[in-house]
Amino acid sequence: MDRSVDEKRPSLTARARERRPLLLVVPAGLLLAAFLAYPLQGILRESFQRDGGIGLLVEDTYYLERGWFTLWQATVSAALTLLLAVPLAWLLACHAFPGKRTIEAVLMVPFVLPTIVVAVAFSALVGPSGVANDLLTRIPGIEEPPIRILNTVWAILLAHVFYNVAVAGRIIATGWRGLDSRVEESAAMLGAGPAARFFLITLPALRNSLLAAASLVFLFCFTSFGVVLILGGPQFGTLETEIYRESLFLFRLPVAGALALAQLVVTFAAIVINARLQQATPQRTEARSTTPWDRKSAALGAAILALLLLLTAAPMAALVERSFHGGDGYTLRYYTMLDDNVRGQALFVAPIEAVRNSVVFALATVAVALPVGTLAAIGSVRARSTLAEALVQLPLGVSSVTLGLGFLVTMDQPPLNLRESPALVVIAHSLIAVPFVTRTVSARLRSLDPRLRDAAAMLGAGPARTFFAVEAPLLKGAIGVAAVLSFATSMGEFGATLLIARPEYPTIPVAIFRYLGQPGALNYGQALAMSTVLMAVTGSTFFLAERLVRVRTGGVS
Amino acid sequence: MTGLSVRGATFRAGGREILSDVSLDVVPGETLALLGPSGCGKTTLLRIIAGLEAPSAGVVAFDDRDVSNSPPHRRGFGMMFQDHALFPHLDVGANVEFGLKRARWPEPRRRERVQELLDLVGLPGFERRRIDRLSGGERQRVALARALAPEPRLLMLDEPLASLDRSLRERLAGELREILGRLAIPAIYVTHDQAEAFALADRIAIMNSGRVTRVGRPSEVWEHPETEFVARFLGMGNVVSGEREPDGWVRTAFGRFGPVAGPAGPARLLLRPEGVTLVTAPGDGVAEGIAEAVAFGGERTTVTLTAGGQRVEFSLPSSAELPARGEPACVSVPQIQELAQ
Amino acid sequence: MRRFSLPVILLLISCLAALPALACGGDDGGDSLTVITHDSFNLSEELIKQFESENHVTVKLLPKGDAGSMLTALILTKRNPEGDVAFGVDNTLLSRALDEGVFAAYTSPLTIKVPADLRGEGSNLVTPIDYGYVNFNYDIEALKKLNIEPPKKLEDLTDAKYRGLVVVENPASSSPGLAFLIATVDYFGESAYLNWWKAMRANDMKVVDGWETAYYTNFSLAGGSQPIVLSYATSPAFEQLFADPPRKDAPTANILVAKGVFRQVEYAGVLKGAKNEALARKFIDFLLSVPVQEDIPGQMAVYPVNQDAKVPEAFAAFSKVDVAPASVSAEAIAAKRDSWIEAWTKSVLR
Repeated sequence: MDRSVDEKRPSLTARARERRPLLLVVPAGLLLAAFLAYPLQGILRESFQRDGGIGLLVEDTYYLERGWFTLWQATVSAALTLLLAVPLAWLLACHAFPGKRTIEAVLMVPFVLPTIVVAVAFSALVGPSGVANDLLTRIPGIEEPPIRILNTVWAILLAHVFYNVAVAGRIIATGWRGLDSRVEESAAMLGAGPAARFFLITLPALRNSLLAAASLVFLFCFTSFGVVLILGGPQFGTLETEIYRESLFLFRLPVAGALALAQLVVTFAAIVINARLQQATPQRTEARSTTPWDRKSAALGAAILALLLLLTAAPMAALVERSFHGGDGYTLRYYTMLDDNVRGQALFVAPIEAVRNSVVFALATVAVALPVGTLAAIGSVRARSTLAEALVQLPLGVSSVTLGLGFLVTMDQPPLNLRESPALVVIAHSLIAVPFVTRTVSARLRSLDPRLRDAAAMLGAGPARTFFAVEAPLLKGAIGVAAVLSFATSMGEFGATLLIARPEYPTIPVAIFRYLGQPGALNYGQALAMSTVLMAVTGSTFFLAERLVRVRTGGVS
Repeated sequence: MTGLSVRGATFRAGGREILSDVSLDVVPGETLALLGPSGCGKTTLLRIIAGLEAPSAGVVAFDDRDVSNSPPHRRGFGMMFQDHALFPHLDVGANVEFGLKRARWPEPRRRERVQELLDLVGLPGFERRRIDRLSGGERQRVALARALAPEPRLLMLDEPLASLDRSLRERLAGELREILGRLAIPAIYVTHDQAEAFALADRIAIMNSGRVTRVGRPSEVWEHPETEFVARFLGMGNVVSGEREPDGWVRTAFGRFGPVAGPAGPARLLLRPEGVTLVTAPGDGVAEGIAEAVAFGGERTTVTLTAGGQRVEFSLPSSAELPARGEPACVSVPQIQELAQ
Repeated sequence: MRRFSLPVILLLISCLAALPALACGGDDGGDSLTVITHDSFNLSEELIKQFESENHVTVKLLPKGDAGSMLTALILTKRNPEGDVAFGVDNTLLSRALDEGVFAAYTSPLTIKVPADLRGEGSNLVTPIDYGYVNFNYDIEALKKLNIEPPKKLEDLTDAKYRGLVVVENPASSSPGLAFLIATVDYFGESAYLNWWKAMRANDMKVVDGWETAYYTNFSLAGGSQPIVLSYATSPAFEQLFADPPRKDAPTANILVAKGVFRQVEYAGVLKGAKNEALARKFIDFLLSVPVQEDIPGQMAVYPVNQDAKVPEAFAAFSKVDVAPASVSAEAIAAKRDSWIEAWTKSVLR
């Protein structure tokens, strides 16, 4: 048997075959090309054609300071969030407790709240006459309300934690569940106490999840807009708030364009760094069993839960309480009046309509983002391309104001004549949802035992069959989580919907804004009622989605 | 039916040559053991044969047909993995059935075959069990059943017993031997355990640093290791260096042994373990040295002799005449062999 | 594939059900008129329906954020405008709209009902529809509790007794903020206005990004710490109209000082390149008609320009403005607006 094989041939076809999975990234690529790159280049071209103050960027240190502040607050926010997210992940991954699912759902709700609602909620809790100060001033000796965090940098940092701790905790918990408890057990046998085990064994093993969570929170906080604007105030500005001001108010488009580019560069770098630092560490595919409680860990767990609930649930609870509180005692009228178009307004938003629209948009977003993002995840992991994965996540770092303006400028010519279509809203939401899906699914895919694929191949399954019969079932959990996250981002209207929203399909945040746009206790009360409705809808959706995901995957997720 | 034929398999990665020009044949019905220390390339060779890895050079052929360019799922080979690699989301029956579905066996035949295989590996009625409820031994059996179910034309086993404890390993090895013996297909068994290889294989290929250094039946290889590496790997560690004198006898630090044909000059000798006895006086064919260690082991005791900076170990029947530590001792070594470098 | 089953199928079904609602990219059957406005716009549905039936047209209202973002949207889409008529550009931003050539000329016959001083520059391009006043409001109860009198002039606010009690909006991001800044330029004069702002900063004046934040988190009425807020003259009236529980008086009142009040005029204009220019013009006439002008105050908290239109009683009782507002020429605003904002930012925020 002497047929010798040309040495060059295997490597060429092998390399081509290796890159072939990149085809799966094409749908995501098309989405990004048409709805990210194209609008961006449209608005940037328009911006740089005008003159208006671009010299300012160089002359004035103001923008540099803002850039530095953006970086600083994003990093500190991410660090603080992680500080709370790790204990939360510990609770979620290693222990079971009554009401766990409800608490998980409740903790996710802040993610979708519009910032003005968050501001009102925080004010209701820690404002000068909020619940906290109210209680504290009852203590004899305390005259002045001691808690003054609104309009300080702490308000910004705390609000960021409030928004992000659940998502970060979830990411880390997923990683934690995949750790082999035998490694920790052997460390215990070697004399390592719980603290030593945590810092020497668990934490390093969680490296990927910690990085992923930190980078995601960093991205959110870096491009954070509402929180900085409303809870911080004008003395705090980030690149995004400056872009907002420069584009929409001062109309200095070249400055805004330059800032948007700077922001994009930094966020892309963060995305790439995270992608590079992620290593493929195969994890167990069996569900890690929960550890039983002992006195110390139970006390610790209770303390962590209390702190988390204080931070996330308390502001929302304060807001809910206020929504039932009329000037003369408790009342339901803000809710009953929601459906009354008292002034016969043309632009009145009936709550049912708003809820329906929000939910439909969210479902449509999931329908788009889930397949596109999952395919991109599979393609980029199989083709071992960190670049592809990073590119798909680009929308997370693009200024939503700039993108919204880009839509206005470019989406008016066929074949993309979508300016008047609600489909554009779904697309804008999907742009943000796709990176979520890709991150979640690819993380899971990378952690699957590579030998399962080998085994399937040896049993006669080609690459496609292997995927459907072996990998897809094991991805179900991740896909479920990705669907929930996509739904959440759409409900929270992340993305450039400000300028492309259609009045025919008002959503819940729009309804809330209508009430908050005018003075009057009635209007205010109804805004609170509407916000409570938003929280209830999203909270129950999360809860239901969790149940579906857990049931379907039978714990193997 | 000529079976498997590998010619000139080479694999380079990261600047190193992990496999160098490896050739071997396995005929139907034969079990070949790939034996070697970790890092010698045996798993890589297996993966190349399976098609999971592409060689830098070389050809893999089966029944005279070149399969080098076939993807793994089309070669019709079966593989049993270390750490089983069972599909966690499927139950035992579905795991075993997997290859049958790929090969489009009709349902009734599939069910039958699954039953047949589970009976074969000693797990009758396990069809609906969940993988995470199985013990280590049970998982390996399921893995074997799964690999054999679709009637592969070649079976590969990659250190299948490595993660099991000793008693389980011995028991399973026995069952494997039986099953492999009954197969009419070629089988390749990768292991680093010499005893396992001897027990299960019809022929052994010993690998070292990416090359096959010795191929032969177990008894052959045992009787004629030919190189120091093989001798040591098989557990015969009494290799001493010496000078061959014109009369053919080799002078070593332990004494003169021989005669061994060959030119005068340096030689490496293997003092074989067969037939060694304790004697009272030195002489030709007797190893003399100081008993550095005397380790009691029940029926037999291991005596370690040192001389001239070298060390040899002999397993002798336990008796009162055994030397004490530090005392000189003499052991007659009736069988010696010269080894290539 | 079976394993994807339930959740995915549910998802697909719900999306298929929703598709018909979403898929249509805008109606193009029948005449339609698109009105671009800002988020605070509202009109009685009945009146709109009336316009629709009288003109056999569907009216689409398209809010585009606040006035600033609406204007930016208008400018960026001027070559292919999204709508036919735009409402909501006010006199602080008008120069930008006119410079960019966003509007097409039209003078409504009803303009004769509008007092001359309300018609802005470029009066053949835009039509004033309503106006409002930007000034300080104060929380009556809160000040009483603190035993402080409301200030009589703007200078008073730099007194120690008002320390930390005032909240204003950032002129770089808020329309009332900008309006008031311009008023202070007139009140104090260009050489001195910054001194007052610096003194206010030294007196712990709070600056926030927008009206909602100021009014609903900082204002003492909403539980915040500042009893004096920069808002609109109509706010006290709205507080009475939408009080809960209902009350006969207003909980807040205006601080009205001559020139310490800015009159913000809102305009509507036909967009250049509109598909439906004739209908756009009719719409502007419609906006100036008495029924609409009388509807506007209750919907948008502003005053009607049409002299024949009646104002709600609450406005007369709690939001009467009887002082002369600041008067800064349109040219001055056009020329110096950006530098005023710069200067203010430097003095107050940095």
